[in-house]
Amino acid sequence: MKKGVRGARRQARPVPRASSPLSPVARRIVSGDRRALGRLISDVESGRPEARDVLKELHPRTGRSLVVGLSGPLGVGKSSLVNRLLQHLKGLGKRVGVIAVDPSSPFSGGAVLGDRVRIDRDPSDPSVFFRSMASRGHPGGLSQSTREVIRLLEAFGMDTILVETVGSGQVDVEIHSIASTRIVVLVPHLGDEVQTLKAGLFEIADVFVVNKCDLPGADRAARDLSELAQLSTPVDGWRPRVVQTSTLLPSGIPELWAAVEEHEQALRSGTQLRARLTERADQELRSLLLARVQGSLDQALRPTPAWGSLVSEVVDRTLDPYTASEKAYRRLIQCL
Amino acid sequence: MPNSPTPSAKGKRPIRVLMAKPGLDGHDRGAKVVARALRDAGMEVIYAGLRQTPEDIVEAAVEEDVDLIGLSILSGAHMVLFPRVLQLLKTRKASEIKVFAGGIIPDEDARKLKQMGIRAIFGPGTSLQTIVDTARQLAGKRAS
Ligand code: B12
Ligand SMILES: Nc1nc2c(ncn2[C@@H]2O[C@H](COP(=O)(O)OP(=O)(O)OP(=O)(O)O)[C@@H](O)[C@H]2O)c(=O)[nH]1
Ligand SMILES: [Mg+2]
Repeated sequence: MKKGVRGARRQARPVPRASSPLSPVARRIVSGDRRALGRLISDVESGRPEARDVLKELHPRTGRSLVVGLSGPLGVGKSSLVNRLLQHLKGLGKRVGVIAVDPSSPFSGGAVLGDRVRIDRDPSDPSVFFRSMASRGHPGGLSQSTREVIRLLEAFGMDTILVETVGSGQVDVEIHSIASTRIVVLVPHLGDEVQTLKAGLFEIADVFVVNKCDLPGADRAARDLSELAQLSTPVDGWRPRVVQTSTLLPSGIPELWAAVEEHEQALRSGTQLRARLTERADQELRSLLLARVQGSLDQALRPTPAWGSLVSEVVDRTLDPYTASEKAYRRLIQCL
Repeated sequence: MPNSPTPSAKGKRPIRVLMAKPGLDGHDRGAKVVARALRDAGMEVIYAGLRQTPEDIVEAAVEEDVDLIGLSILSGAHMVLFPRVLQLLKTRKASEIKVFAGGIIPDEDARKLKQMGIRAIFGPGTSLQTIVDTARQLAGKRAS
């Protein structure tokens, strides 16, 4: 039976054991040490080589959780929804990791990360781990290391990961590469936003939320979205769902989660899952390789005396820039 | 020209600060002003907001792996709440996280709190530059 293939794997397959024992840091992570997890996330964010080693060790323990992205314009209620979802998921016995990404200031490089303000939870509850991340100049609204941090949360034992980002079209495309279900949050009377999103609106979300449905206009907005969704091409039999929620009342939260689970089910029993995972692995490998090459390039392109004299020759017009660049390229290739 | 982010002693990451208002105090102007100033100095400020218990604050500091906790309080409850934060940091084996504070805190109390381990305390009218400089110093890195 096709149905539940991935679910069965999730439950039945034992965590693969690495042949060598885990390093002390990795051991602390899998044993639930929150301080160690907090620190390792920082090390991963700053790209420390030791952290890369731990990621390698922990990798067999990742890839089994449900990763849900929540994006949408500023202030639509993404964090408030995360808060309500945390309460709902607690009732379902889930262990939840949250990553909330906010943009870094392009001017100072600093950031005020304010998503935590909306979260109301028992600080002694070990079934939730919430981490705020600044985008640190990464274009598109996710941060460079979001994918790695998801893996750390999984290795820590979280079975559900929520990723909040401030959305523009760009982010939504990127979230595709890390989340299996993508929620786009909108509010009533967001006419212009929807207009600008419309072009690709139905490729970027699996579930649409019309939040703040306690305000007038929600029914209308939800109806418009549903009508548009009906016109989209289904993928594995799935057309985007539209759910109305209010985090104030609250209402619609169980319905929202049910839509997420239905989408996961459709993914698992569909034919596109393997293709999606393949595309992701392909992209990740490419970007890791590119980062590596970029590093070597930066290294190789540092100004040297040989480079200086090449530039001088071009200035003195004893050499044309085309020949000079070909010479430089041949040298560069040897360095790489 | 954009400044480069302020790195912390830990490596090339920016200094991370948790800004919280402990207790039932609703005066949040100071906390917000200070949070923005630290951001403009290149730091990542996690704003935890109002009505935080010491337990909330310490758990957030651990999850967010901050270099510093900033406590803002104008209600008068500092002598109860601050020592509790310090004590919880100790039990969580997170005493490397340094705590500084501001708001309405009489000199007499400020002296005692500093003896207990609060690194710096600032009252109304303190210049934001002084606060930024202190944060950099506490996080173990000179301003570049
Ligand atoms: C504005 C104000 C209010 C506003 C608050 C609006 C808001 N959202 O913040 C309102 C009108 C709501 C209000 C209400 C009350 N207030 Co009032 N309020 C003030 C007032 C006039 C100014 C506070 C302010 O915003 N200052 C501007 C900011 C930028 O300054 P700051 O917070 O001091 O921050 C600076 C430094 O302290 C420091 N700092 C602050 N936090 C931090 C944190 C860190 C980490 C660092 C490094 C530095 C730092 O840096 C900042 C920049 O220099 C003060 C009097 C005063 N002069 O301080 C009274 C005052 C704080 N209020 C007071 C009182 C009693 C109240 C009320 C209980 C009752 C009342 N009488 O109205 C209520 C309670 C509200 C509540 N829920 O808690 C008293 C407190 C007495 C005490 N602690 O012993 C004060 C001192 C007035 C007084 N002299 O009696 N208040
Ligand atoms: N009326 C109403 N207001 C809401 C609802 N949900 C959230 N809000 C309010 O909307 C504002 C923004 O909420 P957040 O949860 O911070 O929104 P966000 O999308 O996470 O915001 P950013 O992260 O800043 O983009 C707050 O003032 C909330 O109280 C809702 O269901 N109804
Ligand atoms: Mg938010």
